[in-house]
Amino acid sequence: MSNSPLTPGIVAARLPAAAYQSNFADHEPALDRHEARVAADRCYFCHDAPCMTACPTSIDVPLFIRQIATGTPEAAAKTIFDQNILGGMCARVCPTEQLCEEACVREAAEGKPVEIGRLQRFATDTVMVKGVHPFKRAKPTGKSVAVVGAGPAGLACAHRLAMKGHDVVVYDARPKAGGLNEYGIASYKSTNDFAAREVEWLLKIGGIRIETGKALGRDLALADLQKSHDAVFLGIGLGGVNALRAPGEDMKNVRNAVDFISELRQTSDKSTLPIGRDVVVIGGGMTAVDAAVQSKLLGAENVTIVYRRGQEKMSASGYEQDHAAQAGVRIIIHAAPVAVQDGAVEFAYTEEWPKGLTVTSQTFTLKADQVFKAIGQTLSGAPEGLKLEGGKIAVDGHGRSSVPGIWAGGDCASGGDDLTVTAVKEGRDAAEDIHASLMA
Amino acid sequence: MADLTSNFIGIKSPNPFWLASAPPTDKKYNVERAFEAGWGGVVWKTLGAEGPPIVNVSGPRYGAIWGADRRLLGLNNIELITDRPLEVNLQEIKEVKRKWKDRAMIISLMVPCDEDSWKAILKQIEDTEADGVELNFGCPHGMAERGMGSAVGQVPEYIEMVTRWVKQYSRMPCIVKLTPNVTSILPPAMAAKRGGADAVSLINTIKSITNVDLDAFSPFPMIDGKGSHGGYCGPAVKPIALNMVAEIARHEETRGLPISGIGGVTTWHDAAEFLALGAGNVQVCSAAMTYGFKIVQEMISGLSQYLDEKEMALSDLIGRAVPNFVEWQHLNLNYVTKAVINQDDCIKCGRCYAACEDTSHQAIAMSEDRTFTVKDDECVACNLCVNVCPVDNCITMQTLPKGALDERTGRKVGNYANWTTHPNNPGAVAAE
Ligand SMILES: Cc1cc2nc3c(=O)[nH]c(=O)nc-3n(C[C@H](O)[C@H](O)[C@H](O)COP(=O)(O)OP(=O)(O)OC[C@H]3O[C@@H](n4cnc5c(N)ncnc54)[C@H](O)[C@@H]3O)c2cc1C
Ligand SMILES: Cc1cc2nc3c(=O)[nH]c(=O)nc-3n(C[C@H](O)[C@H](O)[C@H](O)COP(=O)(O)O)c2cc1C
Ligand code: SF4
Ligand code: SF4
Ligand code: SF4
Repeated sequence: MSNSPLTPGIVAARLPAAAYQSNFADHEPALDRHEARVAADRCYFCHDAPCMTACPTSIDVPLFIRQIATGTPEAAAKTIFDQNILGGMCARVCPTEQLCEEACVREAAEGKPVEIGRLQRFATDTVMVKGVHPFKRAKPTGKSVAVVGAGPAGLACAHRLAMKGHDVVVYDARPKAGGLNEYGIASYKSTNDFAAREVEWLLKIGGIRIETGKALGRDLALADLQKSHDAVFLGIGLGGVNALRAPGEDMKNVRNAVDFISELRQTSDKSTLPIGRDVVVIGGGMTAVDAAVQSKLLGAENVTIVYRRGQEKMSASGYEQDHAAQAGVRIIIHAAPVAVQDGAVEFAYTEEWPKGLTVTSQTFTLKADQVFKAIGQTLSGAPEGLKLEGGKIAVDGHGRSSVPGIWAGGDCASGGDDLTVTAVKEGRDAAEDIHASLMA
Repeated sequence: MADLTSNFIGIKSPNPFWLASAPPTDKKYNVERAFEAGWGGVVWKTLGAEGPPIVNVSGPRYGAIWGADRRLLGLNNIELITDRPLEVNLQEIKEVKRKWKDRAMIISLMVPCDEDSWKAILKQIEDTEADGVELNFGCPHGMAERGMGSAVGQVPEYIEMVTRWVKQYSRMPCIVKLTPNVTSILPPAMAAKRGGADAVSLINTIKSITNVDLDAFSPFPMIDGKGSHGGYCGPAVKPIALNMVAEIARHEETRGLPISGIGGVTTWHDAAEFLALGAGNVQVCSAAMTYGFKIVQEMISGLSQYLDEKEMALSDLIGRAVPNFVEWQHLNLNYVTKAVINQDDCIKCGRCYAACEDTSHQAIAMSEDRTFTVKDDECVACNLCVNVCPVDNCITMQTLPKGALDERTGRKVGNYANWTTHPNNPGAVAAE
C-alpha cells in the first residue's frame, strides 16, 4: 500500500510508519536535571506570587520551584499534589501562557516566564515514575460518597474524599476512567498512556472503587445513588456537541471533532486511522486546534480551521494558534459555513457588529473530503430536577447544586473555564465541602 | 516526614531553624508572622541597657554583592542594636512567648562591659518567660566603638568575665554569640566555655566594605558622602562560618560545647551542612531578609526528606562530619582521582580548557571539533575544571582503585599514607 498525503479521499497510512512515531511523540519533552536546575534558578521566589494566584488550583509555585532548585524534586511534587492531585496532567495540558506563566513577573520583565509547567512536570514525574504515592488515608469515617464521572473533576473529588477517610465509588459511562484526559487531550500532550498511568497512581490512596461502563440515566438513577451513599458528586463533563445548523451537516464525511479525537486517542497504531486529504475544521477552540493539528500529523495534505469571528475571540490561546500554524494548519477567520457539499464546504464571510454577527453575501468554497465540527460541547443527560444556569448545572461557590446532598463540578457545572485544572479545583473544593457537611 | 523536633541546650523547638537576632526578629509583628510561617524559634533583636534608645542612620543601611541574574550573595549592614524602647521590647517578648509556647524565644543582649549593667538587664528580662539569653559579642560596627559587641568578643578575658556574670545573675541558659573578626575563633570559644556558657553561636557579621561609589568616592552604603565599614553576611560568608563552627566542634578543649550555627544558611542543604559539622541548630538572617519568612518551608521539607532518605534522626546528623574534618597532614597522599568529562553532557564551552590550560596543569585537550578530554598523564585532580564547568555534574572526579596505574606519576596507587610519614617530610616519623 502506498498512500500519501496526496491520495484522494479518506484513507489510512498516508505516511511512512516512522513518521507516526515522531509526529505523535511528546511535543514538549521533559526537562532533564540540568535544564530543570537552570530553569528553577530563574524563579525569584516572589512574595504572594502572581503565578500562584493565576493557577486555578493555587499551587505554591515559588515553593515547589525552590524545592527543585535545592535538589528535592520529591518535596516539590508533594507541594504540587497538595493542591492538585492531577498536577502531572496539568503540567502537560494547562494553557500556561494564559495562566501561571502569563502572570510570572519574568514574563513582564523579559517576555520569558519561568517555565512553570515544565518544572511542574519535572517534579511530578520524579515521584510518579517511582510509583510513590505521597498521601495516606485518614481513619475511616464510615461515610460513602458516589462520584459520577471519572474525569479530572471526579478523580480530584474522589481522591480528596478518600484521603479524608470516606469510601468513594466512582461511576463512569465509558470503558476507561480519565474523562477527557483519556479521550480528549491531544495525544502529543499525554504520551505513553500517561492518563491511564496517572489514574492508577491516584488510586493508590485506597478507598476508591471505580465502576466503568455505568451511565447515570441508563444504568444508574440519581435517586438510588442518593439512597446508597451519603453524598453525590456529579462530574459528568459535556457529553453533547453543538450543531452547525447548515444543510449537509448529516453527510457521512462530517464528524464531531471530539469523536474523531477520542478514536485517535484510543488507537495505538495511528497509521490505521483514515484521514482526508483536504480536511476542514469548523470552530475556534482547543478542540478545533487539536483536531486540525492531529489531522495534519496523520498525513492530511491541507487542513484548514474556519472560525466565524475574529482571531482575538478564538478560545484557543495564541500559543495554541501558533502551534497549529507551525504544524501547517491554515486558519481562516470571519467565515461561517453555509452548506456542506460532496467534497467541499461553502462558507460566507461574516461581519461583527456590536449587536452580533452577520453573514455577508461574499462566499467561498473549500475542498473537503472530511469535515470536523468543533463548535463547542454542551451538557447532555443532566439528571432531572437540578437547576441549570447557562446550560450547565447551577452550583454555588462550594460546588453545591440546587438539590441538597448533590454537588457538581468541572465542565458540567456553572462557572469557571472549561479546563482540566479548573475541573481539578472544583472537584477538590467540592470534596472539602462534602467532607465538612458529612462531618458536621 | 522525619521528626525535626529540636532540643538545643534544653530549649525545645519544633524544628532546628531559628531566626537570628536581626531586623526579622525586632518586633512582635515580625516574630508572630515568622512563627506562622513555621520558624522554630527566634533570637530577639539585640536589646541594650535601659535609657534613651539607640539611634540609627536614616540613609541606606545595606550594601550588597550579587551573582548572575542579580542573585543576592552577600549583604552588608551598618545597623545597630534595637532602636526601640526596652520596655516595649520586653512587653512584646512576653506576649509572644505566652502565645507561642512551643517556639524557642531567646533574648539577645548587649550592654556596657560592667557588672552592674549586666546585673540590671538580666533582672529586667527575668519575667519575660524567655527560654534563654544570647550575649551579642559580635556586632562589628557602631557598638564596637562604644566598647561593646565585637570589642568584647575580640578579648577572651572579657568574654569569660561577662559570661560568668550572666551565669551568676541569671538562671537562663546562656548562648555566647561570637564574632568572626578574630584571627582564631578558638580562644573566644574557650573563654565562653570557661565562663560557663551553655553554648556558643556563630558567626556574627564580618567587617566589610561591599562597594565604592565611583562618582562620590565613598564606600557604600553612603551617608551624606561618607561610608563606614559594615557587617557582612549572607551566602558569601557560609564557608567562613562553617570552618569556624567545625574548628570549635573538633578542638579537644571545646568539643562537646553546643553550637548554634549561623552564617549564610539559605537552603535545607546549607543547614544540614552546619549540623553535620557540629551545630546543634542553625540561625538564619539574610535568607529571610532576601526571600521572606516563607523560605523556612523549603528548609523543613528538604531536611526532613534528607533525613528520611538517609534513615537518620536529626540527632544522628549533628556532628556526623566532624570526625572527618582533619588537618591537612592527615590527608591520604596516596589517594588519586582523575577528572572525567561526560561527553553527552558537555556543551563545548571550553571553560575547563581555559582554566586548566592557562592556570593549572595543561591537562585538558581540545580537538579541532571542540571535543574536550582530560589527559590522565597530566591531570593532578585539582578540581578546578569541575568548579568552572557551567553544567552541573558534567565533569566528575573518578577515584583510581588501589593498584591502578597513575599515568601522571607512573606509580601504582598504594595504601593510605600521609605527610607525617612521607619521605619528603624532614620531620617524618618512620612508619611502624
Ligand atoms: C479535544 C479537547 C482538548 C482539550 N484540551 C485541553 C487542554 O489542552 N488543556 C486543558 O486544560 N483543557 C483541555 N480541554 C478541556 C478539558 O479536557 C476539560 O475541561 C476537562 O476534562 C473537564 O473535566 P471534567 O471532569 O469536568 O469532565 P470530563 O473530562 O469530560 O469527564 C467527564 C466524565 O464523565 C463521564 N460521564 C459523562 N456522562 C456520564 C453519565 N451520564 N454517567 C456516568 N459517567 C458519565 C464521561 O465518560 C467522562 O469520563 C480539552 C477538551 C477537549 C474536548
Ligand atoms: C541588618 C542586620 C542587623 C543585625 N543585627 C544584629 C543584632 O542586633 N544582634 C546580633 O547578634 N546580630 C545581628 N546581626 C547578625 C545576624 O544575626 C547574623 O549573625 C548574621 O547576619 C549572619 O547570618 P546570615 O548570613 O544568615 O545573615 C544583624 C545582621 C543584619 C543583616
Ligand atoms: S496547574 Fe497549571 S496553571 Fe497551575 S501552576 Fe501548574 S501548570 Fe500552571
Ligand atoms: S512569578 Fe515567576 S519568578 Fe515569581 S515566583 Fe512565580 S514563577 Fe517565580
Ligand atoms: S567546562 Fe564543562 S561544558 Fe564546558 S567544555 Fe569543559 S566539560 Fe564541556
